[in-house]
Amino acid sequence: MADATADLAAEPTGRLTTADGRPLKTALARAQARARRRAFLLVLPLLLFILVTFIVPIGQMLHRSIHNDGFSANMPLLSQWFARTEPGTAPDEAAYAALAADLQAAAKAKTVGVVGTRVNYEMPGTRSLFTSTGRKARGFEPPYREAILQADPKWADPTLWGTMRQVSQAYSPNFFLAAVDLARDNEGNIVQAPPERRVYLMLFQRTFLIAGLITVLCLLLGFPVAHLLATLPLRASNLLMILVLLPFWTSLLVRTTSWIVLLQGQGVVNNTLVATGLITDQNRMQMIYNQTGTIIAMTHILLPFMILPLYSVMRPIPPTYVRAARSLGASSWTAFRRVYLPQTLPGIGAGALLVFILGVGYYITPALVGGASGQLISNLIAFHMQDSLNWSLAAALAAVLLGLVLILYWLYDRLVGIDNLKLG
Amino acid sequence: MVSSTRNDGFVVFEHVQKSYDGESLVVKDLNLAISKGEFLTMLGPSGSGKTTCLMMLAGFETATHGEIRLDGRPINSVPPHKRGIGMVFQNYALFPHMTVGENLSFPLEVRGIGKADREQKIRRALDMVQMGAFANRRPAQLSGGQQQRIALARALVFDPKLVLMDEPLGALDKQLREHMQFEIKHLHETLGITVVYVTHDQGEALTMSDRIAVFNDGRIQQLAPPSDLYERPQNSFVAGFIGENNKLPGTVEEIAEGRALVRLATGELIDATPVNVSRQGQKTLVSIRPERVEFKPEMLPPNAHLIDAEVMEFIYMGDIFRTRLKVAGSEEFVIKSRNTLGQRMLEPGEKIRIGWAPQDARALDPL
Repeated sequence: MADATADLAAEPTGRLTTADGRPLKTALARAQARARRRAFLLVLPLLLFILVTFIVPIGQMLHRSIHNDGFSANMPLLSQWFARTEPGTAPDEAAYAALAADLQAAAKAKTVGVVGTRVNYEMPGTRSLFTSTGRKARGFEPPYREAILQADPKWADPTLWGTMRQVSQAYSPNFFLAAVDLARDNEGNIVQAPPERRVYLMLFQRTFLIAGLITVLCLLLGFPVAHLLATLPLRASNLLMILVLLPFWTSLLVRTTSWIVLLQGQGVVNNTLVATGLITDQNRMQMIYNQTGTIIAMTHILLPFMILPLYSVMRPIPPTYVRAARSLGASSWTAFRRVYLPQTLPGIGAGALLVFILGVGYYITPALVGGASGQLISNLIAFHMQDSLNWSLAAALAAVLLGLVLILYWLYDRLVGIDNLKLG
Repeated sequence: MVSSTRNDGFVVFEHVQKSYDGESLVVKDLNLAISKGEFLTMLGPSGSGKTTCLMMLAGFETATHGEIRLDGRPINSVPPHKRGIGMVFQNYALFPHMTVGENLSFPLEVRGIGKADREQKIRRALDMVQMGAFANRRPAQLSGGQQQRIALARALVFDPKLVLMDEPLGALDKQLREHMQFEIKHLHETLGITVVYVTHDQGEALTMSDRIAVFNDGRIQQLAPPSDLYERPQNSFVAGFIGENNKLPGTVEEIAEGRALVRLATGELIDATPVNVSRQGQKTLVSIRPERVEFKPEMLPPNAHLIDAEVMEFIYMGDIFRTRLKVAGSEEFVIKSRNTLGQRMLEPGEKIRIGWAPQDARALDPL
């Protein structure tokens, strides 16, 4: 036995070896390689799933938010002319010739609409200009300037040419600028968007304010419930837990529409208030199809996401801590504030982060009960996805949202520490 | 030291009863006066009501009936944080999100004591438990024994007159526990505080206490200094709970002048001191400590009654020998003899005669 120990220590390089002379580290790595391979194979399906359903789509979305070749791919000659000339250059005969040739080709390929749509994103009301001129494009003869202006005098508008210059590049920051209520003028300078198009900053602000308010409400409502859950005897707390989880087992749509039944003008709450004489029939409260409705319904839906992390943190806190604080001379409020509350911080952090992030991205509830004033940014993203079909702007809005949430997450990490997070 | 002030009643329980469900009493008519500077231990099996009594004193449970007084003042309706009682919990209850220093600072801060004063008191308390270098550690970075010391320091840092300890050493290993017993005892003596200590460990109770209150079934079975409790148990429960003892059931044959003659079921006569028996013909349980049984006749008083015994098992335990005997039909009779030079080692199967001084055998209530 003494010899073996001597062998281990006597290796000239100073590294330990096994009995047959292989370095100990190699032997250890080999012994563990099999287990590691098996573990990797086990997580491989999930890894692929995440890659296909999460990383790739998000990457595509981020790409789409800065890339749109609706104009540049279909108007190659005019795009080349823009590339050759300085910004602000007045369109010459060569520009009109390129425009005419591109429009003719596009009319043949039936892509004038795509081009018009792309320009229309930046400058509303121009899509019809492209489609109508496209229909006449076949008959254009030199000099093209006169021919095109004869087809429609709006082509002389320098703003239009400035806009076309911007969209002639497939990669552009325009969608991100639009997402934060900015635009570029004819010279390419970044300016505020026209007032009638400045909606997104206000919506982001509203979204974050409402999500923050919902988080606070969930915390205020959820904290006592979680505490009760954690301190009640097991039988009673199981029953209460079922009540907390019950919403999870009910369709989101059912829960949201039941709020409509409760809160609408002729709904249960208003009827009760009128019946008891607290309000008159003429003064029924508007509690749905506005911000109030959004806040009430979303607080209800997100409450379990606050209660569960809180509960999981509170359950293992023994009652002796508060007792110790009391015996040391702290009033019940001081004991709560200085001893109990700090220990629940990981749960508060987790619940607040969860509720806030879910709330910021919530779509269906504001869409159903939000009315006009209760719409959140996600509703506008959905609008651009489904109705205006401006996917690039939708992607840019989503990317801004993602960025803001990541910043919040980073702030949380700096202030509280992400390792202080306990989700369950 | 204690007897002169015993009747002061620094802490007084008067006819205290406690029920949790309204159907049964956990504490039945508790009367107890603890004098200033006393170290009183509440000893008993779990569920005997000792912890409930401590919690009522601390203010975490309310007495269903009766009065509790602290320093002459009824405290039934005083909330726990206004009682000024230090408390050490079984699992230490050190606040995990605070450092050791902050833990000690807590009771001083809530009392509005200034920063300079606080620091001085904290340093003094930490030095007292030899933990002066640990003020900036978190409780989780300390060992069990160190946490115990900090919990002790925290309970003492605001100079309470009364300190309650709820099985404070239960989670420590044997060696550390014995060491801490002495430290707590020394702190008690140095500081002159009153300590009410709850434990189910009789060794701990005997080592540390001025007086021990043995609890069972919601009542104090006996309240006495350790030596009295061990040598003169008042009833069968106390005799069985404190230390090892041999029990011989029988009937009182003769009783006179503080001596009783008891006839065992198998017909033998033995000597005993009557404790819970007063007349002839009464059923009784005679209790004798294993170390007070003698098997060398020359060591016994001349008129002592001897009975036959057969050695069943001999165990060598180092400092003592433990011999199991068959006596009066029972095979559970144990004697202990010191491993002195020339001490006899009994052989299994050997027939001997055993006896004892009458004052060592106590005729108690039958179980």
